[in-house]
Amino acid sequence: MQSVTDRIPLPPVSAEKRQLVCHFCIVGCGYYVYKWPINAEGGRRPEENALGLDFTIQLGAMQTSLSPQMVNTIEERDGQQYNIMIVPDRECVVNQGLSSTRGGQLASVMYNGQGASANRLEHPHLHTGDDWVAVGWEQAIGLYARLTKRVLDREGPDQLFFNLFDHGGAGGGFEDTWGTGKLIFSGLNTKMVRIHNRPAYNSECHASRDMGIHELNNSYLDAELADVILCLGGNSYETQSNWFLVHWVPDIDGSSNAKKREYFESGETAEPGRIIIVDPRRTPTVAVAEEVAGAERVLHLQPHPGTDQALFNSLLTYAYDQGWHDAELIERHTRGFDEAMRANRLSLEACSRITGIDEADLRKAAEWAYAPKPSGHRPRALHAYEKGIIWGNNNYRTQAALVDLAVATHNVNRRGTGVVRMGGHQEGYIRPPYPGGRPAPYIDEEILAGNGRMLTVWACNAFQTTNDAERYRKEVIRRSEIVRRAMAQANPYDLDALADAIDRAVTEEGGLFITTIDLYTTKIGQHGHLMLPGAHPGERDLTAMNGERRMRLSEQFMDPPGSAKADCLIAAHMANELRALYEAEGNAEMAERFAGFDWAAPEDAFEDGFRRANQEGSEASGHGDANNRLVTYDRLRAMGNNGVQLPVKEYRDGELIGTEMPYGSYEFDTDDGKVHFIPAPWEGFLEIAAEQREKYPFWINNGRTNQIWQSAYHDRYIDFRRGRYPLAPLEIHPDDAAELGVDNGDIVEVRNDYGTVHALAYLEPDIPRGQTFMMFGYPYNVAGDITTPAVDENIVPYYKGAWGELRRIGRYEGLAQGVSFKRRRYR
Amino acid sequence: MRHWLNRRIDRRRFLKASGGTAAGLAVAGCTVTAEEQQGTAQQEAPKATLPYPRTAIARASELTVDEPVTFNYPDEQSPCALLKTGRPVDGGVGPEGDIVAYSTLCSHMGMPLTYDAEARTFKCFEHFSIFDPELRGQQVCGQATDDLPRIQLTYDESSDELSAIGVAGLIYGRASNIL
Repeated sequence: MQSVTDRIPLPPVSAEKRQLVCHFCIVGCGYYVYKWPINAEGGRRPEENALGLDFTIQLGAMQTSLSPQMVNTIEERDGQQYNIMIVPDRECVVNQGLSSTRGGQLASVMYNGQGASANRLEHPHLHTGDDWVAVGWEQAIGLYARLTKRVLDREGPDQLFFNLFDHGGAGGGFEDTWGTGKLIFSGLNTKMVRIHNRPAYNSECHASRDMGIHELNNSYLDAELADVILCLGGNSYETQSNWFLVHWVPDIDGSSNAKKREYFESGETAEPGRIIIVDPRRTPTVAVAEEVAGAERVLHLQPHPGTDQALFNSLLTYAYDQGWHDAELIERHTRGFDEAMRANRLSLEACSRITGIDEADLRKAAEWAYAPKPSGHRPRALHAYEKGIIWGNNNYRTQAALVDLAVATHNVNRRGTGVVRMGGHQEGYIRPPYPGGRPAPYIDEEILAGNGRMLTVWACNAFQTTNDAERYRKEVIRRSEIVRRAMAQANPYDLDALADAIDRAVTEEGGLFITTIDLYTTKIGQHGHLMLPGAHPGERDLTAMNGERRMRLSEQFMDPPGSAKADCLIAAHMANELRALYEAEGNAEMAERFAGFDWAAPEDAFEDGFRRANQEGSEASGHGDANNRLVTYDRLRAMGNNGVQLPVKEYRDGELIGTEMPYGSYEFDTDDGKVHFIPAPWEGFLEIAAEQREKYPFWINNGRTNQIWQSAYHDRYIDFRRGRYPLAPLEIHPDDAAELGVDNGDIVEVRNDYGTVHALAYLEPDIPRGQTFMMFGYPYNVAGDITTPAVDENIVPYYKGAWGELRRIGRYEGLAQGVSFKRRRYR
Repeated sequence: MRHWLNRRIDRRRFLKASGGTAAGLAVAGCTVTAEEQQGTAQQEAPKATLPYPRTAIARASELTVDEPVTFNYPDEQSPCALLKTGRPVDGGVGPEGDIVAYSTLCSHMGMPLTYDAEARTFKCFEHFSIFDPELRGQQVCGQATDDLPRIQLTYDESSDELSAIGVAGLIYGRASNIL
């Protein structure tokens, strides 16, 4: 952390320069890292610094993005110190020089043993029953493998539980999804795995995939070409900031019109885009959109929570009845439309009753998105959805209704269209097939039922991000304590004796042995028994792709802290230890299951996983296609921060050629290559959530704010972030607050049948009466504590489906006095 | 492909954002040496280490609540705003402890900030960052990674004069606040 805030060192022209993709959200902005010795500094004249900028004068607006958070001093394992500067790449087509509030802090979270990074896990830690002690990797993995083997040999894989990341960017990438997947699915062969932020191993986009359309099916450029953007249950200014600022804003303020004329057909109307935002809450995105486009080109629909599916069905019905569907596309490239149309049919009047949206506004939305343009051409409507849909009422049916609508109106496969998830994390999935079925086991319920002997938590944190979290947390802690009592009686340096003691506690007494692999001690990890330190981008090489399938290599430019290492190498260490144990007892068959982990660096995992994926004879599958074999680290490095959009078409003249629109040939991901419509009639609310809705007066909506990334694993240690939100804020209408005697900064308690949570009241007139909005996933009070166990048919939770009652607890000035309660909406 | 950074700035939006609330009163400053700062009663210890000038800005009695006065500090290339908030605030100076000053170049990418007297915040019309002048320039929402740089002020009761004496936080577009 910079202790002096009014000057920063500049990189000398000799500074080492590396490429780094921001790891904090799906958008994946390109950055450059400059690194140079601590005792050197570039000059202020343009020829004296690596940025080539003239710092002898005041730089003009937009010439750079450079703040003290973009500079840091790091320390390598040999004790050498360096300055680093991490600044946005102006040539990267994703962010074009812009930094977001998250990416702008990349330098400040890099390790130097001080500031936020002082909290990084440097070495494996073992809980000895009374406290944590640092141990070596051999001891840590030795214990882990011995215990794993005992459980596996005696009870089989179904007692080995995992909470497992699945994404790219922070906490993973193609190397790490493969390394963990190969260990867990091929080696251990367990299906008792939950994924990232959900209590079962599922997809958040099963419906779209079942229909034959991957959820990332266009390019960011398409937002600039859209006649209308439908922002469905998303708040993109805050959560996909540079997709919004760099690609949506030019569309709706008209500055991409010239580009539209380039891509549109001859004579096709090209006008500034409109935007339809569907969200019960007037989000900061709505406010910015109105500022940019003018209120007349923004339509904000505020459905009753959980009724989006009815909205999509009525739009489909109206568009179809007006003849705005694409009969030719439906005939040639789809199957099952008539059945779906019959099932989904819903009048505007019925929809208005269900959603509370005026019929006139429903009609207006349909006309904007689907009525022919003045030139007679079909409008280009980009349908972008996120957690309001994904974590809304009945994920599968709601998403099916949406994709039905988008396909029937031919809003896939044309420039300026798409039916895409906006995304949270970046992606980077290559694994062997999941060994379980669908629906996959509801892992949290299994834990609550006393199942599982070992729980390995890999780069995720269910204490903060699962549903019905309070019940889960209490039970995990109770079962963990059983193991800690046993460990307190054992010698931590006798691995076999310790493994035996733990084995008895988990087998005979209902205990649960918890291992976490993470950058920091997490909320769940601090209640566990073994913590293994991972490394994040910059500390190791990593590949991942963003929301337009743009794959890049983030280069290692420094050592990880202490003995921390890349997750794929941790998985390899576990596999190699298990292999050695089986070999030692002469069990060649089991030893072979853990073969093929002879990896010294992430590139080895990349070669073994990504490059062999999706090919005959390979168990590795995931993003991209068989042409993944054309991608190497060197080729990616040469492609810089623009990388290549998967799937790769070819490697030609030193360049990887990618794919902007993945279904250009109208061959979809189904057995017959056609889109398969899914009937999705509106059937009301998931039952468990509906009970709470009837019972309690306030809807407790939840979601993100732009200054906090994910579970705040870095942000909780950074003053600029934690100081903004010492406690999760809860937006509430001032009139509701007044009735409860609540003022800005008061602590309010939210309670329902599933739990109790505290939050910091933040009065906001744009929140409808009877609704609230609480920040999700935060360590300083967990919104998930009051979400219900309601899930869809694939065990995707209805995280947004919480209702509760509120009361004022009191006020702690220490929390409230440093927090601004000014309005977060631009207007 | 047209570079986004060179995107046309919508004239209508710019005028709307920059007009209205910002008062145009600029007061010529007089600069003194660092030595002369010694003994000045400062409201807080600056983290800054640079040789900042002392620059007289305005008299406190001339200020009106919610009407910012623009000035330049620490040199002519760095626009700032002096604001009387009308209620005592952390770091505020003057008879009521309610006068603060900030750089008006957005700490994100240097676009000019404007004061919204209704919301009582500084706003950037380009990337929509919002800063709270009553709470040390805290970013309320937006894309910056730092709060708004604060101009450190001192107040001389005998002359009613407000002077700038330092800057906490890096002014946009500089490697050092002192060029």
